[in-house]
Amino acid sequence: MASSALRPTRMQRLLLHAALLVLGLPFVLPLLWMVSTSLKTNAQVFSTGGIEEGLSLAALIPHPVRWQNYADAWHSVPFATYLKNSLLLCAANVTGAIFSSALVAYGFARLRFWGRDALFILVISTLALPAQVTMIPVFALFRFLGWYGTFRPLIVPLCLGNAFFIFLLRQFFRTIPEELSEAGRIDGASEWRIFWQLVLPLAKPALATCALFQFIYTWNDFFGPLLYLNDPSLYTLAYGLEQFLSSYGGEWAQLMAGACIFTAPVIVLFFLAQRTFIQGIATTGGKM
Amino acid sequence: MRKHLVGYAFISPWIVGFTVFTVFPFLASIYLSFTHYNILSAPQWTGLSNYERLFYEDPLFWKSLWVTLKYTVVAVPLMVGVGVALAMLLNAEIAGMSVYRTVFYIPSIVPLVATSVVFVWILNPQIGLVNTLLGTVGIVGPAWLQDPRWAFWALVLMSLWTAGGSMIIYLAGLKNVPRSLYEAALIDGANAFQRARHITLPMLSPVIFFTLVMGVIGSFQYFTQAFIMTKGGPENSTHFYALYLFNRAWRYLDMGYASAMAWVLFVMIMALTLIIFGTHGRWVHYGD
Repeated sequence: MASSALRPTRMQRLLLHAALLVLGLPFVLPLLWMVSTSLKTNAQVFSTGGIEEGLSLAALIPHPVRWQNYADAWHSVPFATYLKNSLLLCAANVTGAIFSSALVAYGFARLRFWGRDALFILVISTLALPAQVTMIPVFALFRFLGWYGTFRPLIVPLCLGNAFFIFLLRQFFRTIPEELSEAGRIDGASEWRIFWQLVLPLAKPALATCALFQFIYTWNDFFGPLLYLNDPSLYTLAYGLEQFLSSYGGEWAQLMAGACIFTAPVIVLFFLAQRTFIQGIATTGGKM
Repeated sequence: MRKHLVGYAFISPWIVGFTVFTVFPFLASIYLSFTHYNILSAPQWTGLSNYERLFYEDPLFWKSLWVTLKYTVVAVPLMVGVGVALAMLLNAEIAGMSVYRTVFYIPSIVPLVATSVVFVWILNPQIGLVNTLLGTVGIVGPAWLQDPRWAFWALVLMSLWTAGGSMIIYLAGLKNVPRSLYEAALIDGANAFQRARHITLPMLSPVIFFTLVMGVIGSFQYFTQAFIMTKGGPENSTHFYALYLFNRAWRYLDMGYASAMAWVLFVMIMALTLIIFGTHGRWVHYGD
């Protein structure tokens, strides 16, 4: 009886729908406007609505639809190059971060060695260290190594374990029964083989969460490329889009086309991997 | 002995990364904060002079600190409030709820650079979506990012647009509230408001606490949006601390000074976190 009283009545449901629709509008509108602008002619971009006329529904719909904006955006900056660079960095970072973090996490989760628990506390504490404290000496170091202006500063540190993934994967590895490793040891398998052939395949869901986070992090990263890249042929999409804004400020249709190209993969990925996404964020507090 | 070596072998990537990218820069940055360093030549020891300049001779330091603290005090609680409110609405059992959740969540996964570019467009004073909409109801909107009285608030507004990110975390928290608590409250005659106030909020308090701490840390790292959308202007009204630090280090190559700023930032984050932790016992509840 009590639990049916918790379920909303018909009236409450209607009110809730109304409230959510109204509240949802400001959340959807900017994205709809982005897509709609990306398909408009310049004439419509600069004429629709206007403060005097106000906004009508017609202003939301591109008329005529101009797909050419995408082609224009693609050619006015080397978008294909930016895309290639973004994908290259994503591939390198996902592989490097996942592999190294899994290795380290396995060590912390399944092996015994002196100082293990103290070291693990250090791993966790690095999460609380603001990047500003370390970034200047790290920049100086990369400059000293002659790596400024290359992808190396954006790849190498990520191949040395990500504290956050180490934490996540360690939790996961600990749930795998110890008997599995014992069986492997009795068969004479090395620790490496136990890790690689027995434990790692079981950790696929957790690895997928990390891979997803790393992909999105690298895809979105603006600060890294801003600091380390100086050659337009190495720019990523995130950085390229900002460059586009500062050099073609008034070309709104093209700019929005660029923003759409940049945003679409993340949205698609979200819909493909919704479950992994939501669970990952719920368990980790959304720190990506 | 061998056992320990195997363990260290597994965590060796992290040991290298921690030494090179955390311990070394951490120590180097303390040293650099007491020097004059322009990265092109070796650092010169100047004692406390960076800190003296910072506290006594640099109005922009205080301005950027003020902007950042204002954001911490205004935007962070607002985001938590909006996130919690949305989560409560989206926790009801009505048809189509997963669609609503997606609608509120999507903005938070749009890459920050794309969000920034889109908001520059929709906040355009003459033909932007926001002022066009305001015009429809007879309001002449401000110049937003170009108006020193409004630019800061435009960024606050934009941060609310991404409140769906934390909403998902609260929603996961709500799922963990035992139904029996609500049922018991119903039997005791508690209304919806009382149930929210005395069951939902206390049960969510650990998650709220977590997002609050992350939000405070995040506001001291607020950079990308300000860098892309306002460059800190107009009249420094959006000159956030992290942006000023970046400008000092990479525009003026004043890296010793920026290192001192990084340490002040670090100490402030620690202090604020400790203050929030100090209130912990008074409002954060765990379990029953």
